[in-house]
Amino acid sequence: MTALIQDYLPIVVFLAVAAAIGLALMAAPFFVAYKAPDAEKLSAYECGFNAFDDARMKFDVRFYLVAILFIIFDLEVAFLFPWAITLGELGTFGFWSMMVFLAVLTIGFIYEWRKGALEWD
Amino acid sequence: MNLTLPALGPALPEIVILVGALALLFLGAWRGEAARPVVDFGAILLLVLAGAIVVLLPGGTLSTFGGSFLLDPFARFLKILALAGAAAALLMSFDFLRAEKLERYEFGILVLTATAGMLVMISSNDLITLYLGVELMSLSLYVMAAIQRDSVRSTEAGLKYFVLGALSSGMLLYGASLVYGFTGTVGFPGIAAAAKAGSLGLVFGLVFLFAGLAFKVSAVPFHMWTPDVYEGAPTPVTAFFAAAPKVAGIAIFVRVAIDAFPNIVPQWQQIVIFLAIASMVLGAFAAIGQRNIKRLMAYSSIGHVGYTLVGLAAGTPAGVAGVLVYMAIYVAMTLGTFACILAMRRNGEAIEEIDELAGLARTQPMVAFLLGALLFSLAGIPPLAGFFAKFYVFLAAIEARLYALAVIGVVASVVGAYYYLRIVKLMYMDEPKAAFEPMARPLGFVLGITGLFVLLFFVYPAPLVAAAQAAAQSLF
Amino acid sequence: MTIAALFFYLYAAVACASAFMVIAARNPVHSVLFLILTFVSAAALFVLLGAEFLAMILVVVYVGAVAVLFLFVVMMLDVDFAELRQGFLQYLPVGALVGVIFLVELVLVLGTWAVAPEAMRAIQAPIPPLDQVSNTQAIGRVLYTTYVHYFQLAGVVLLVAMIGAIVLTLRHKENVKRQDVGRQIARTRAMSVELKKVEPGQGI
Repeated sequence: MTALIQDYLPIVVFLAVAAAIGLALMAAPFFVAYKAPDAEKLSAYECGFNAFDDARMKFDVRFYLVAILFIIFDLEVAFLFPWAITLGELGTFGFWSMMVFLAVLTIGFIYEWRKGALEWD
Repeated sequence: MNLTLPALGPALPEIVILVGALALLFLGAWRGEAARPVVDFGAILLLVLAGAIVVLLPGGTLSTFGGSFLLDPFARFLKILALAGAAAALLMSFDFLRAEKLERYEFGILVLTATAGMLVMISSNDLITLYLGVELMSLSLYVMAAIQRDSVRSTEAGLKYFVLGALSSGMLLYGASLVYGFTGTVGFPGIAAAAKAGSLGLVFGLVFLFAGLAFKVSAVPFHMWTPDVYEGAPTPVTAFFAAAPKVAGIAIFVRVAIDAFPNIVPQWQQIVIFLAIASMVLGAFAAIGQRNIKRLMAYSSIGHVGYTLVGLAAGTPAGVAGVLVYMAIYVAMTLGTFACILAMRRNGEAIEEIDELAGLARTQPMVAFLLGALLFSLAGIPPLAGFFAKFYVFLAAIEARLYALAVIGVVASVVGAYYYLRIVKLMYMDEPKAAFEPMARPLGFVLGITGLFVLLFFVYPAPLVAAAQAAAQSLF
Repeated sequence: MTIAALFFYLYAAVACASAFMVIAARNPVHSVLFLILTFVSAAALFVLLGAEFLAMILVVVYVGAVAVLFLFVVMMLDVDFAELRQGFLQYLPVGALVGVIFLVELVLVLGTWAVAPEAMRAIQAPIPPLDQVSNTQAIGRVLYTTYVHYFQLAGVVLLVAMIGAIVLTLRHKENVKRQDVGRQIARTRAMSVELKKVEPGQGI
């Protein structure tokens, strides 16, 4: 248990260093930089103009379709990791078990390809 | 580690349906909409084939996949019922979908995957198989509810069903994880052995598990989605929802209660009694004011789930046999009634108002007669099948000394009779409106068979009752 | 062990605080970002439990894919969230009641925590010790063979999700010319050029 957590020590050190640098760079301007706040500095300048409406607007539903198809294949890949590292012990049955799983999703892939779900228009 | 292939025989119906669905999907992907007639026909054929396999597999109790999958007489009975319900609903859907321009080959494939999920649920003997079956079924049903995607009502129905269904799946999982935490196993026999003591935590797990299941069978107080989804979904989808998934939901309810928690009967009995009373009463009273016949059928199905749960509340073999008989008769009555609802078309448009049935006896006397018989049966009037269904569950409840439950059930069915009989009165006493279009042949076929079953059940009830008793006995 | 405890409280606190911010943040995009922080903290808690595989899957699937999908959905909804939140507080008593009931239940359940003595015998595939087998390997050993039916059913569930997403959302615009590479390559001279014999003095 402890050995496992020790494996993650480099990551913790890395995170700590990253956090320290990030915080330092954000905090430094507060102490060092010259400050003269003015409301005009935050307003739209010569070439800009004030926003007409909210930035929130309807996206095309196709973004959603692409994202959900991605999730499905993402999950499929997640199933491959344990299989890959234990394949030596699993024997023929374990191998074909995964092949059937992949075949099911490949039929789904053929379906979405032929349906044109991978095309933009 | 087990490196040999487990016995696939007991799961053959599911495997046949899923492999067939994959083949049909491949065909559909390759040929496009031109493949639809083949897919529709193939889907019906696969359902019939799966039913034949269920009948032909060697008798007794078969188990596989490390005991997590069980094919016992109980599962056989309900599987045949679910397959028959799904096949009939699919058969009835074609004409309607064509008329509404909803025909897509994916519909047949979704019916197949949903049915496979139901079969897995019915056979499941551990919590993980149960959950996977529930998800496979529900996911297909969510899509089917919203399949009329250009209609606001259909999308709303799909969205409502999905959001509330996801919530109920969450409760189911929460309950399952608590049960697992307190017993250390997910298998029903293991849970039964470990649950002798009945600790507080286990009871909480049980409550959440039952809440999730009650949602799937739409028992009060988890029924709120039913009227909206039944009304919004396209009518053939509603017919499908009302028949097959109810069978699977009740099956898993019975199996979890009887197989996994036989040692803490008092704890779950109170829950089931409450669900039964609430469903019967709400189903009887809320249906009275309805004008839309699909909404009426939603409340009717809530009420019938309540009557079915009366049998489970008894917790005896007789009670479970009553549940099985009730489900068989309920599926027949529901399919027949929906055949009539699907036939309510005028000038190419589907009609859902109850008042439009006025005077049907003069325009279509045969349909009116059979629909009248089905409605009398739904109300539970002797000597029709619906009376016997209620008779067996109430008898079991009285034998189990649940007198109050039986009395409330009888009162609720008297109240419920009012709205069924109102439709009969409308058909026979009121001035006729314009005639409906003639009934499509598959609808007439389903209506004829179910109508005859309901009318003639009392002549020879022995085979169904004996099969149900044998099936119920296999659980104890 | 104390360091592990320290990290546990750190991540647990971050997870709880960011989970609270998910519902408290004014801007829905911020809510999703806080949700990502919750996922990451939960992944860290999984690592502390020794469940590395689950931790990494949580990061890959939930942070990498599900949260992105949530962002899409939040942006796709053309809803004025500030307006939606008007009167949000009137649901507080009901919500608080449900929350308190859940809390009481959890306390009661955990207060009586006891694995039944029969439970240990019921365990079918005990978890091997961590120093011998990593947990990814332990999952791999049983998932594809002993629990093959769970695995295959999960595959079918994914397939149904795929069909559902396409059935419900995919629609092609009418009258859009699409490139069909196969047809372009298969095009021959005979298919595109037709020779007409023109009689002299007749015109076409």
